[in-house]
Amino acid sequence: MAIFLNADSKVLVQGMTGSEGTKHTRRMVASGTNVVAGVTPGKGGQEVDGIPVFNNVGEAMAATGANVSVVFVPPKFAKAAVIEAVDAEIPLCVVITEGIPVHDTAAFFQYSENSGKTRLVGPNCPGLISPGLSNAGIIPGDITQKGRIGLVSKSGTLTYQMMFELRDLGFSSCVGIGGDPIIGTSHIDCLAAFEADPETDVIVMIGEIGGDAEERAAAFIKDNVTKPVIGYVAGFTAPEGKTMGHAGAIVSGSSGTAAAKKDALEAVGVRVGKTPSEAARLVREVLTSL
Amino acid sequence: MDLYEYQAKELFAKHGVAVVPGKVCFTPEEAEAVATDIGTTVVVKAQVKTGGRGKAGGVKLADNPSDAKDRAKDILGLDIKGHIVHKVLVAEAADIASEYYVSFLLDRTNRTFLAMASVEGGVEIEEVAVNNPDALAMIRVDALEGCTLEKATEIADAAKFPAEVREQVIEMLQSLWKVLVEEDATLVEVNPLAKISDGRVLALDGKVSLDDNAQYRHEAHLALIDNAQTDPIELRAKEFDLNYVKLQGEVGIIGNGAGLVMSTLDVVAYAGEEFGGVKPANFLDIGGGASAQVMANGLDIVLGDPEVKAVFVNVFGGITACDAVANGIVQAVGMLAERGEPITKPIVCRIDGNNAIEGRRILDESGIALIERVETMDDAARRVAQLAAGK
Repeated sequence: MAIFLNADSKVLVQGMTGSEGTKHTRRMVASGTNVVAGVTPGKGGQEVDGIPVFNNVGEAMAATGANVSVVFVPPKFAKAAVIEAVDAEIPLCVVITEGIPVHDTAAFFQYSENSGKTRLVGPNCPGLISPGLSNAGIIPGDITQKGRIGLVSKSGTLTYQMMFELRDLGFSSCVGIGGDPIIGTSHIDCLAAFEADPETDVIVMIGEIGGDAEERAAAFIKDNVTKPVIGYVAGFTAPEGKTMGHAGAIVSGSSGTAAAKKDALEAVGVRVGKTPSEAARLVREVLTSL
Repeated sequence: MDLYEYQAKELFAKHGVAVVPGKVCFTPEEAEAVATDIGTTVVVKAQVKTGGRGKAGGVKLADNPSDAKDRAKDILGLDIKGHIVHKVLVAEAADIASEYYVSFLLDRTNRTFLAMASVEGGVEIEEVAVNNPDALAMIRVDALEGCTLEKATEIADAAKFPAEVREQVIEMLQSLWKVLVEEDATLVEVNPLAKISDGRVLALDGKVSLDDNAQYRHEAHLALIDNAQTDPIELRAKEFDLNYVKLQGEVGIIGNGAGLVMSTLDVVAYAGEEFGGVKPANFLDIGGGASAQVMANGLDIVLGDPEVKAVFVNVFGGITACDAVANGIVQAVGMLAERGEPITKPIVCRIDGNNAIEGRRILDESGIALIERVETMDDAARRVAQLAAGK
């Protein structure tokens, strides 16, 4: 089963002919992903390693049956690329690109919400992997294996760290949702999907300072999640966030801090590791006692 | 990037938001000259990127140019919450009849934008939110639709702006929205928005935060950067294109990935509790690649901080394998020696992930006495805290 991404996923890569796009297409293919197409405007008809390139997402989907897009295009062109994918009604669009202006993200997020056909993951994320089935993004495919842990994280390297520490147990799916102020798929979306996934037994949730996504996830867990959840939050010693200015603090109250997030999670029975390794130990403990 | 008040007001004026005439000054003499040009009572305001300027004595009225010079002399050099005043804004003093509040900001929770407005301005808006939440209107603004005339009217009416200023506020909201969108801001705030005695509604103060990711499409924003207030090590790091934040501590930190580095700071601080409160000295994310060149620059920056007693290099090899990372560390130490700046402080390395065994062998056989390799992140944090404490 896994979540969002499985053996039937047919991946197209927007920006495949660029250096990052080509490099990571090869990595995705090497970890067993069915990459069926690339999309680069003006380069339709070319091939990369035998994978056909199309001028737009609609053509690529029609010709190959692609149902996942991974976006590697530079920040400048990311908004247009995502809107094109949403217009083509691709079910899953994973935006790896880092550095997209937040007004652009707000616009394409709203656009995809209005369309209601596309799940967005990211931007500024490592993508998602269902080990052994498919890998959409830049998560290393060879540091873990298939198993029964579900992982959702704002951070790329902490995702890899956790996958690696628990590689003997393995993961159903790992979703890097990204660290930008506005992201598509949230912790809550992943928690709901893992709760419903019969191949996931325990959920790891990694958060970090900023916003109130973890607090809202805690509220969601309380009412909706029966599977054990282990948490980790990074940023206890980080300086006060500068992104929002003080007017922004009104919206999220005092809930941008790591301490508030940890407290919110613990208040609903989530065990929160003090370090990533401690969180990994807690997962091991829970999974082996099931 | 947060802007100074005078910079915010320049952007306001550019987009048709009404402001009072004024000019930024760096010396008392300039303040005197500007006050002469304005020709009325002026207000001299400290330009610092923090609140509470009034209470700290950073905002003063001056009746005449010579008075303005004296007030500027008082204010320049003041320390306001750790911010030294290097410039003042000299502006026409407004005869305030009423003070209001308006802002637009990014609303992360709802993944859109939010307008906030209140007829109770001139005070900390957080206080209004807590003490009198009904007086603060909060209205979502759709990123695709923007602040249309209808939306601006909805906001003004929700905040119950009185009839005599309603039209002006509606117009100002639309202009402020233009500032937010056209300048790629994540926050535009006017507090106070004031009705003055002649009935006009003006932005008497301004706060703007710009989105650094959008810098590429705003050449003009480069001129708004003020490096005078930036930590010198942070400035050097920026020249190397490194993501560095100076903190107060003794353990230099280098890692890859923002989450892992934040986590490293935490783990070092926990471990440091055992050694008399040793703390991380910085945040430095060298990104996924961790090449020798980037590692050398990173070590250079971190070791350039005189507070640093020991360094913790914490890398997870995911995309880049650990043998490449280890080679990068060894070469970086060599590069620093070639530059005539050989390392003199202990470097504790923890590398894990792809090809970890080979990577560790490379470090162990490097022959660099100051490199100490520790297997796990938690143990490495403990060891580096111990070294930094001199124990």
